[in-house]
Amino acid sequence: MDQALDHTAPLLPPSHMEVGTGPTNGGRVRQAVADVADGAALWRLGLTLGWLDIKLRYRGSMLGPFWLTISTAIWIAAMGALYSLLFHMDLHGYLPFLALSLVLWTAFGGLVGDACNTFLQSEATIRAMRMPYFVHAVRVVVRTVIGLAHNIPVVVVVFALLGLWPGRVAFWCIPGLVVWTIDSFAICIALGTLCARFRDIPPIVASIMQIAFFITPIMWQPQQLGTHGWWLKLNPFYDLLEVVRQPLLGAVPTVQMWLAAALYSVLFCVLTSMLFVRVRGRLAFWM
Amino acid sequence: MASMVVENVSVDFPLYHGSARSLKKTMFARAAGRLGEDGQHRTVVQALRDINFALSTGDRLGLIGTNGAGKTTLLRTLAGIYEPTCGRVIVDGGINALLDTQLGMNPELTGRENILLRGLYSGLGRSRIRQLEEDVQDFAELGAFMDLPMRMYSSGMVVRLGFGLATAINPQVLLMDEWFMAGDARFMAKARGRLENVVQGAEILVLSSHQNDAIRAWCTRVIWLDHGRMRADGGVDEVLSLYMGQQAAA
Repeated sequence: MDQALDHTAPLLPPSHMEVGTGPTNGGRVRQAVADVADGAALWRLGLTLGWLDIKLRYRGSMLGPFWLTISTAIWIAAMGALYSLLFHMDLHGYLPFLALSLVLWTAFGGLVGDACNTFLQSEATIRAMRMPYFVHAVRVVVRTVIGLAHNIPVVVVVFALLGLWPGRVAFWCIPGLVVWTIDSFAICIALGTLCARFRDIPPIVASIMQIAFFITPIMWQPQQLGTHGWWLKLNPFYDLLEVVRQPLLGAVPTVQMWLAAALYSVLFCVLTSMLFVRVRGRLAFWM
Repeated sequence: MASMVVENVSVDFPLYHGSARSLKKTMFARAAGRLGEDGQHRTVVQALRDINFALSTGDRLGLIGTNGAGKTTLLRTLAGIYEPTCGRVIVDGGINALLDTQLGMNPELTGRENILLRGLYSGLGRSRIRQLEEDVQDFAELGAFMDLPMRMYSSGMVVRLGFGLATAINPQVLLMDEWFMAGDARFMAKARGRLENVVQGAEILVLSSHQNDAIRAWCTRVIWLDHGRMRADGGVDEVLSLYMGQQAAA
């Protein structure tokens, strides 16, 4: 059977590619910005990649990603029961806090761990075709969001069981989530590039996140520290977590919290941008 | 109107081994002042040096040279995969780089999913992607294997899928590495016609090959790469005879 290609076969959309304008910063900055813009334009690809990753992870399993939901539910139920028994915590006040904190941290901590592999996992693709690096960041963030979406029902159930409803204040979490999304892209790019260059970073990151889990108010509430809580301001995870968590628990975060979260985010994004501009052109050689 | 301009392009490959890959070791070496001596062991391979040429619609360039001359590196640089250490590459027109049969496909995903990803990457709409799927399916004749992960395919199936996918999209600029796969006679007959269609449909072709017949058949201009430098650039017969002369003398 002779397969002649008919003239209606998909034609590539016209494009303009310019690589390598030398080490002058103007050219590099422009190309880094173009990378992010082109990557954003390919959002459908990033979305499909992230979704396929999840599908792949749970291929062949019975419940699929809902195993996430179940394991989170068990974790929260067990913790809640244990802590209320051991430390006589008021379940009504503690359980929603714990459920929400664990779910949010699983998403965030999971993202940081995942971000290390942003580019390493796509080595074959990076060496085969020119693709904006930003697409890989989108892929990792999409994966995390899908995972988070599977854990949210657990929080909703806990809230419903205890008759808690945050009310309209909850919508204040949206600006927080926007900041999280932007930070997530920055994390993926920053850690992705560093881990592509230095292969001993993933375990370092894992250790840091373990420590962060304990020094950030996730299992314990910030008010338990009382006056000793001054150092919380130095923990970027604290403010970033609170701007999303507080509204969902029915309180509006203070301006101070918002400023701190915004400041940490801006600082991190600026540093990541500088890194990206500098190393973007060399990334393919690090694979 | 497609065009390609390559200006003073040089590409250096850093070679990282062992301790240079470790953040901890690099930090300590820097602190101990051993950097540059034996701390980082940074070797650089000069893969390409001072490459200059320009192509426009209708040009078909052949790249010849011994193994390790830099042909694949040049193709990757033209595709934008490697960024030049200095100089620049400017290409107008959609590029398709056929550098190996894998095409960056993910072996954990099914054939159908890989086609979908390729279609999305090329910026095709949903109906075009469906067309693409049908086209590749007809050519590759994978049957039920289309919906099984690619790691379950035989090597022949991978080649058929990769080839079908690579030749299903018509680029303005086509870059091809030594790609004439050994398949059975029936497949080669089917593949040949399809490949010719894609090559003829492209406005610019850059082909790297060891087979002089292929170069003679498809190219209008040949560049001889030697140790990363352009040793000759001109008409097909002229450069091929220079090259063959040198090969005979060696």
